[in-house]
Amino acid sequence: MKPTDVRNPDYFHKVVDCQWACPAHTPVPEYIRLIAAGRYTDAYMINWHSNVFPGILGRTCDRPCEPACRRGRVEHEPVAICRLKRVAADNKEDIAARLPPIPKEKNGKRIACIGAGPASLTVARDLAPLGYEIHVFDDQAKPGGFIRTQIPRFRLPEEIIDEECGYITGRGGVVLHMNRRVGSLKAVLAEGYDAVFVGTGAPRGRELEVPGRKEAAANIHIGIDWLASVSFGHVHTIGRRVIVLGGGNTAMDCCRSARRLGGEDVKVVVRSGFEEMKASPWEKEDAMREGIPILNWLVPKEVLHDDGRLTGIVFEKVRAEYDAKGRRSLVPTGEPDVAMECDDILVAIGQENAFPWIERDIGLEFDRWGLPKLDPATLQSTIPNVFFGGDAAFGPKNIIWAVAHGHEAAVSIDLFCRGEDVRNRPPPEVRMGSTKMGIHEWSYDNDVSLDLRYKVPHRDLSQSLRDITAEVELGYDRELAYKEAQRCLNCDVQTVFTASLCIECDACVDICPVDCINFTENGEEEELRQRLKAPAINPEQALYVADGLKTGRVMVKDEDVCLHCGMCAERCPTGAWDMQKFFLETAKPKARQPACAL
Amino acid sequence: MSYLPKPKLHHPTLPKNALGYTRRDYEGAISTLCAGCGHDSISAAIIQACWELSIEPHRVAKLSGIGCSSKTPDYFLGASHGFNSVHGRMPSVLTGANLANRDLIYLGISGDGDSASIGLGQFAHIMRRGVNMTYIVENNGVYGLTKGQFSATSDKGSKAKRGAVNTDEAIDLVGLAMQLGATFVARSFSGDKAQLVPLIKAALLHEGAAFIDCISPCVAFNNHEGSTKSYDFVREHNEAVNRLDVILGRQPITAEYAPGSVTEVTQHDGSVLRLRKLAPDYDPTDRVAAMNYLQERKAAGEIVTGLLYVDPDPTDLHANMGTVAVPLNRLGDAELCPGSAALARINAALR
Ligand SMILES: Cc1cc2nc3c(=O)[nH]c(=O)nc-3n(C[C@H](O)[C@H](O)[C@H](O)COP(=O)(O)OP(=O)(O)OC[C@H]3O[C@@H](n4cnc5c(N)ncnc54)[C@H](O)[C@@H]3O)c2cc1C
Ligand SMILES: Cc1ncc(C[n+]2csc(CCOP(=O)(O)OP(=O)(O)O)c2C)c(N)n1
Ligand code: SF4
Ligand code: SF4
Ligand code: SF4
Ligand SMILES: [Mg+2]
Repeated sequence: MKPTDVRNPDYFHKVVDCQWACPAHTPVPEYIRLIAAGRYTDAYMINWHSNVFPGILGRTCDRPCEPACRRGRVEHEPVAICRLKRVAADNKEDIAARLPPIPKEKNGKRIACIGAGPASLTVARDLAPLGYEIHVFDDQAKPGGFIRTQIPRFRLPEEIIDEECGYITGRGGVVLHMNRRVGSLKAVLAEGYDAVFVGTGAPRGRELEVPGRKEAAANIHIGIDWLASVSFGHVHTIGRRVIVLGGGNTAMDCCRSARRLGGEDVKVVVRSGFEEMKASPWEKEDAMREGIPILNWLVPKEVLHDDGRLTGIVFEKVRAEYDAKGRRSLVPTGEPDVAMECDDILVAIGQENAFPWIERDIGLEFDRWGLPKLDPATLQSTIPNVFFGGDAAFGPKNIIWAVAHGHEAAVSIDLFCRGEDVRNRPPPEVRMGSTKMGIHEWSYDNDVSLDLRYKVPHRDLSQSLRDITAEVELGYDRELAYKEAQRCLNCDVQTVFTASLCIECDACVDICPVDCINFTENGEEEELRQRLKAPAINPEQALYVADGLKTGRVMVKDEDVCLHCGMCAERCPTGAWDMQKFFLETAKPKARQPACAL
Repeated sequence: MSYLPKPKLHHPTLPKNALGYTRRDYEGAISTLCAGCGHDSISAAIIQACWELSIEPHRVAKLSGIGCSSKTPDYFLGASHGFNSVHGRMPSVLTGANLANRDLIYLGISGDGDSASIGLGQFAHIMRRGVNMTYIVENNGVYGLTKGQFSATSDKGSKAKRGAVNTDEAIDLVGLAMQLGATFVARSFSGDKAQLVPLIKAALLHEGAAFIDCISPCVAFNNHEGSTKSYDFVREHNEAVNRLDVILGRQPITAEYAPGSVTEVTQHDGSVLRLRKLAPDYDPTDRVAAMNYLQERKAAGEIVTGLLYVDPDPTDLHANMGTVAVPLNRLGDAELCPGSAALARINAALR
C-alpha cells in the first residue's frame, strides 16, 4: 500500500465518523467535550455555525451521525449525539452577542429565497452577515417550513422554532414576505434579483389509489395535510379507530398525533417489513411505547364504506422477493386478505415534489422524475442564477440535509455574485494541534468511559397522551448529559505517526487495547487487511500506512475501532505517536466567523 | 508510565481460547515501566503464550527477584499466584515453592542483574537441580531500576550512556545454563514476538528446567550508540538458528517443508516442537555441538537466537529426589510424619 497522505483533510475527517456522516459536517466531538466541560453556550455555537438549528435538530434530527458513531462498533450503542445537542441548546446563555453582526451597509446584492424552510433560512443566515439583502417568500404565516407545519409539538415545542428562526430573520438583512405564495418563477426573475434560491420543499402527499377511496373521502386524510391542520389547530379530534398507512416519519407522527386526539385503537400498517421501514428505529420505538402496533407486509387493496361512510380497509398479504440484481418486489403470499375496521385513515405513503409555479419555458430543465436538473456540488440549476436546496432539490430528505444544501448554495450564490466560478469550491477550514500537556497528560479526557448509553427521560405516558403539545422527551439533565458526553471517544483527537522517530520497540502495539497497530511487511490492501494483529474487517475504515522505518517494515494502523485513548502515545518513548486535535469546519461564504471555543 | 488503566474495551473480533478467555483476560495491572522498555514486550509475549496454550491462570505461579524486569509479573496474568522475592533470590524461593506444590506451572522472571550479578549462585543451582520451570531473564545489560550501571551480562567494550566503557568480561547465561544442565535453553529478543512467543510456549510445556535469555533493551539507560543491547544493535547482529512452531496434539500440519529443512522434537507432554532450520546443520539436541557453535558465532560478533538446546527427555528435581506424585502441601500430618515407630525403625536401620 502507498503511505497515507494525512495532509489530505478528508483522511482525518473520515476518522471522525460522526462528523463525516453529518451532512453539515458538524464538529461533533468538539461540542460534546464542551458539554462535558459545562460550556453549553460554546457547544451551542459550534453547532449553530454548522447546523443552524441546534435546538430543533437536538430534538428532531434524523441523526445519520449515530449509526456511524465509532462507539457503536466497540460497544453496543452509539453516543447520543443528537440529544446532547439539545442539552447545549437547553442550557446555553444568551447568544445574541455571539451572532455575526449584520452590516448596516449592504453589498448591493439582492437574493430571493422561495420557501422559508430550513434550506432557505440557512442561505439567509450565511449570506446576510456579508451584506446581502435577502427576501424570503413563503405561503405560510411564520417561517420554518415543514419544521413548523409538520413536526408535531410533542416532539418540538414552537418556542424553539421561533427562537432559532429568529436568530436569522429577526436581526436585519432578511426581509420576510409571509403568506405570499409565489405563483411564477418568471415573475420573480423579472424582479431583478441577483440570485434566486428555491427551497420550497416537497409539499405534496402521495395519494392512495384503491377502490372506495373517493367514496369514503370524508374520513381519509393525506398525512401531511392533516398534520398541518393539527398544527394550526384546525383539527382537534379523530375517530376512535384509526389506521395509518405508511412506514416513514410522517406515518409515525400521524399515529402518535392520532393517539392524542382521541384515537384509542391506532394501528400503523406498512407494505414492507419492519426492518425496511423508512422511519428511524427510535421513532418506531416511541410509537410502540404509546401502544401503537405496527403491522407489516400488508398492501391496501380496497377501502370499505357504507354509502360513503368509511367502515374499514382490506389488505393483501405480501412477502418480499428479490431478483438477481437484488431489487425487491412484493408478491402476494396467497393467504386470505385481511380486513380491518376503522373510523379514519391517515395516508402517509410518501411525498412528492411539485413545481406548478415554475414555467417550463424559461430555461429551467427538469429530469424525468420531475426534479430540477442540478449540479450536485453547486446546486446550480440550468438557469445560472437559480439555485435549489432542501427537499426541492433531490426529493424529500430531512432538516440536516436541507441545512447542508443551504450552506453549499450560499457558497455558490456568493461566488456567483462575485463573478467567480461556482465550481471552484473553497476548501474547508482545518486546524490541527497536539493535545500533549505533559508526559501522560492530554488536553482532552482520554479516560475511556465504560458506561452504556443513557436513556433520555420521558414525560409520563398518560400525561403525554392527554396533551398534544406536551413535549414527550424531557431531555438529559446536566448530570446525565455529562455522563453521556463521557462516552464519546474523541475521535477527532487523531493518532499521528512520525516514522522517523519510531524505534520499533512495540510498546504501542502491546498497549493498544483494540489491537489497531501493527509493524509488518507491506502488501496489497486486501491481503494486508487479513494478516494484521486483528483482521481489518471494516472496508469503510482506512488503514493508516507509514513507511520510512529502520527495519524496512511499515506501520499499519486500522482506524476502525481505535478508541483514541492515547495509550499508544503515552507508551511511545520517542513521541513517534502524538494525539493531535483535528478541527474541520466546512467552507461557508467568506468572512467566516472563527469557531469560538478552541 | 501511564496513570490510567488500559481501557477494558477490546476489538470486536478478539478470539477466545479453549477456556473461553480472550487474550485480554491474561493481562495484569498497567505497566509502570518506562515507555518503550523491552520488558513490556516480553510481558505481552507471555500473555500471548499463556492465552494460546489455554493455561488456567490460577495454575501459574510467577516469581521474581528485584529490578524493573522483576516488577513485570504484576503486569501480566493478574489472576495468577505471584511472589516478588529478594534481589537474586528468586531461584531458591521458586525451588521451595516447586517442592511444596509440584502441580503448579512455575514461571521465574528475573533480570540480568538479578540473575547474573547478585543472583549468579542461585541461578547456577536452580539449573543444576533441574527444577521444572520456565526461567526468563529479561536481559538489558544494565541495572535498569538503579539507573543503568553495567550488569554482569554487559559485553566487554559496550558503552554506557555517559560514555564509560565496560572492561569486564560478560557472563553468558545461555552458556552457563547449558553447562549446568538446563534441559531447554533459548535466546530471543523482546522486539521479535514471532520468535519469542513460541519459545515461551515450548518452555512452559517443557517438563524440566527451561531457560530463556531474552535480550530486552532498556530505553532509558542502554539504548544508545555503542551499546550492544540496543534495539538497533540487536537487530543488526541477530542471527536466528531456527524458527519454532509449537504443535499441540490436535493441530493439523498445514505447511510443506523442503526435506532436511525441518527438525521435529517431541516433548515429554506430547507437544511437538517443529524447528525450521535457518543455520544449516544446527542440531538443537546436541548439547556439546550447540555450545561450540555458540562460542564460535559469539566470537564472530553474532547474537545467536532461537531454540538452542532441548532435551526431549528431561528429568526434574522431583524425579531426582523420588518425591511422591501428590504435591507435598496436600499431604496430611499422617503422611508427612510417619510417627515414632517408623523413626525408630529408620534409626535402627542406620545402626
Ligand atoms: C410529518 C413530517 C415529519 C418530519 N419530521 C422530521 C424530523 O423529525 N426530522 C427531520 O430532519 N426531518 C423531518 N421531516 C422532513 C423535513 O421537515 C424536511 O425534510 C425539511 O423541512 C425540508 O426543508 P426545506 O427547507 O427543503 O423545505 P420545507 O421545510 O418543506 O419548507 C418549504 C416551505 O416552502 C413553502 N412553499 C412551497 N411552495 C411555495 C411557493 N410556491 N411559494 C411560497 N412558499 C412555498 C412551504 O409551504 C414551506 O413552508 C419531516 C417531514 C414530515 C412531512
Ligand atoms: C540486596 C540488594 N542489593 C541491591 C539492590 C539494589 N538493586 C535494585 S534492582 C538492582 C539491579 C536490577 O538489575 P536487573 O536485575 O538487571 O533488572 P533491570 O532493572 O535491569 O530489569 C539492584 C542492584 C537491592 N534491591 N537489593
Ligand atoms: S465516539 Fe464521539 S467522536 Fe467518535 S463517532 Fe461517536 S460521537 Fe463521534
Ligand atoms: S489511541 Fe492508540 S492505543 Fe488507543 S485505541 Fe487508538 S491506536 Fe490504540
Ligand atoms: S529503566 Fe530501563 S529497564 Fe527499567 S523500566 Fe526503564 S527502560 Fe525498562
Ligand atoms: Mg537489567
